[in-house]
Amino acid sequence: MAYNLKEVVKKESRLVSGHRMCAGCGAPPAVRGVLRALKGEDNAVVACATGCLEVSTCIYPYTSWNNVSFIHTAFECAAATLAGIETTYKSLKKSGKLSQDKTTKFIAFGGDGGTLDIGLQSLSGAMERGHDITYVCYDNGAYMNTGTQRSSSTPHFADTTTTPAGKYIPGKTQPRKDLTEIMIKHNISYVAQTALFGNLKDLYEKSEKAIYTEGPTYLTVFSPCPRGWGYPTDDLMEIEKLAVNTCFWPLYEVENGKYKITYKPTNKLPVEEFLKTQKRFKHMFKEGNEWMIKELQEEIDKKWNYLLFMEEITNK
Amino acid sequence: MAIRERLSGNEAVATAMKQINPDTVAAYPITPSTEIPQYFSNFVSNGTVTTEFIPVESEHSAMSACIGAAAAGGRVMSATSSQGLALMFEMLYIASGMRIPLTLICGNRALSAPLNIHNDHSDAMGVRDAGFIQLYCENNQEAYDNTIMAVKITELTKIPVMVCFDGFITSHSVENITLMENEEVKNFVGEYKPTEYLLDEKRNISMGPLALQKDYYKFRVDLANAMRNSKDIILKVSKEFEKITGRNYGLYEKYMMDDAEYGIIVLNSTAGTVKDTVDNLRKKGIKAGVLKLRTFRPLPFEELPKELTNLKALAIMDKCDSVNGYSAPLFSEITSAMYTASLNVPTVNYIYGLGGSDVKSTDIEEVFENLQNIAKNKKIDNVTYYLGLD
Repeated sequence: MAYNLKEVVKKESRLVSGHRMCAGCGAPPAVRGVLRALKGEDNAVVACATGCLEVSTCIYPYTSWNNVSFIHTAFECAAATLAGIETTYKSLKKSGKLSQDKTTKFIAFGGDGGTLDIGLQSLSGAMERGHDITYVCYDNGAYMNTGTQRSSSTPHFADTTTTPAGKYIPGKTQPRKDLTEIMIKHNISYVAQTALFGNLKDLYEKSEKAIYTEGPTYLTVFSPCPRGWGYPTDDLMEIEKLAVNTCFWPLYEVENGKYKITYKPTNKLPVEEFLKTQKRFKHMFKEGNEWMIKELQEEIDKKWNYLLFMEEITNK
Repeated sequence: MAIRERLSGNEAVATAMKQINPDTVAAYPITPSTEIPQYFSNFVSNGTVTTEFIPVESEHSAMSACIGAAAAGGRVMSATSSQGLALMFEMLYIASGMRIPLTLICGNRALSAPLNIHNDHSDAMGVRDAGFIQLYCENNQEAYDNTIMAVKITELTKIPVMVCFDGFITSHSVENITLMENEEVKNFVGEYKPTEYLLDEKRNISMGPLALQKDYYKFRVDLANAMRNSKDIILKVSKEFEKITGRNYGLYEKYMMDDAEYGIIVLNSTAGTVKDTVDNLRKKGIKAGVLKLRTFRPLPFEELPKELTNLKALAIMDKCDSVNGYSAPLFSEITSAMYTASLNVPTVNYIYGLGGSDVKSTDIEEVFENLQNIAKNKKIDNVTYYLGLD
């Protein structure tokens, strides 16, 4: 059935209002969007890494998680925790302790800190072992829950509280870690990068594939943070759009080794268009710092060309 | 009918796990407990058990997966030692804080640095405040028995349980032991029926919330009370076990203690060496005795002082050091219990056998000699000794 936003939003939401996430944050619509791809009749267990999402959605004695079971254990081990749950599901199904006709899906959510940094080992292990789980990273490019410290996902040159743009050091001096490619190299069946783009079709379809592809799958969603990035809360969707149209955040998926760029901007915008919407890149526009924008643009073009190349050769 | 077998400690525990047939086991190899997941994955591969085994990439993930598995509604077990337990540290507090029932086998081993694979109790003592029940075992039989009892204890208390025994000394030594019949174990542990779990098909739940000040405080006090109350459950489970096997377990075991004038309190395999020394001393008319603690967590703080009232001198032996400039954990906690019970017996602390250094009966004789001198001179020259250092 063709995607229809008006239809899919009629599904009962699995993350409901009452949570304390900030206005203008990308994470709640990302989570709701991912969970919307679950079939109505299917249940799910969500495991959450410590982070904004967890501390804002399950404050005792309340929970915003609806029509799913939810667990949080610690920062670095959402994948391992979920692996234990998924394995026990298999075990209990096998021994007849759970009914055979009901399906439960297993989804982890972690920020980029809990995924690319401290949780990388746990994630890599779970992916390698082949658990039937979907790991979703909501990537806002820093440790936002503790106050915008740099992570390995922080963009090159970004100003964070531990890579402050100063007199001698111009923000983060290293480019981003490309976890999507690292996940692809785990040779799992489905890896995708998505954003809150347009009518959320890209997010929905990739989530559906990720959740319903057997075995481990990885999905990363571009999740702006108004406090950490410095933008007015109502700019969320505009920033998402610019990230995609500048190819700062390419939308693509890799299914059984085949690359597919799911959106190619007809008019690829220069990265400045994205950078100028956020305070964290403000220093890059100062006189004498033009080289930063140039270098970042080169990095973006390199990745984009790499994706075009991979799409071509993996589909031959 | 009991079955007589000749097994190493690790084999005995793996055999108990086979008979328990848990839903999920997640473990990572580490000396000296590696053989447990090794033997167990053999059972899994050959269909002797229906358990799902997760060969995780670290002990941190082992404990995380176990927490997830138990939260999902499974009966869950794991095994580790030393650095592995240290790596689990964070998750141990989360397991107990979430009131997750699970059984963790710990083949006790020294902690780095320097690197050392041999036995002492630094690992288990390092996590003594993690909110786990800790059962200590003198020999292979006790390791086997406590593993089976642990499953019931953890499910009834909703406190995770560690079963501790000495690496190599117990884990690798082969002893004659008596096994229960498979059916007996199956009936004893029974079918696990979790009450609140993630995979409940009738309702969804949220676990592991953020709790603000007052709620957090209440949760921690609930855990502390559960630990206090666990004594009765441990004794009840042990009674049931005795009915089937004839083997009696309390919170501790007394050996020649009732009329003893000189006593030693000790954990695990060294208790065997002390018992042997006590036998020899008794032949010479010296009233020596030993109390072997089975449950360090919960600490039998009310019961212990009552067992020590007749002593003229007491040595508390720790196979680990607190590096606090004073004494080691067992000594600190038991003397504290004695103080609050207004029991004033001259007591000294012997730290011994670190990194697996041998503890000989002559070493134990030296301890009893010192206790006799303390009693005679009515004074303690030194509170803390390092035994067996040449």
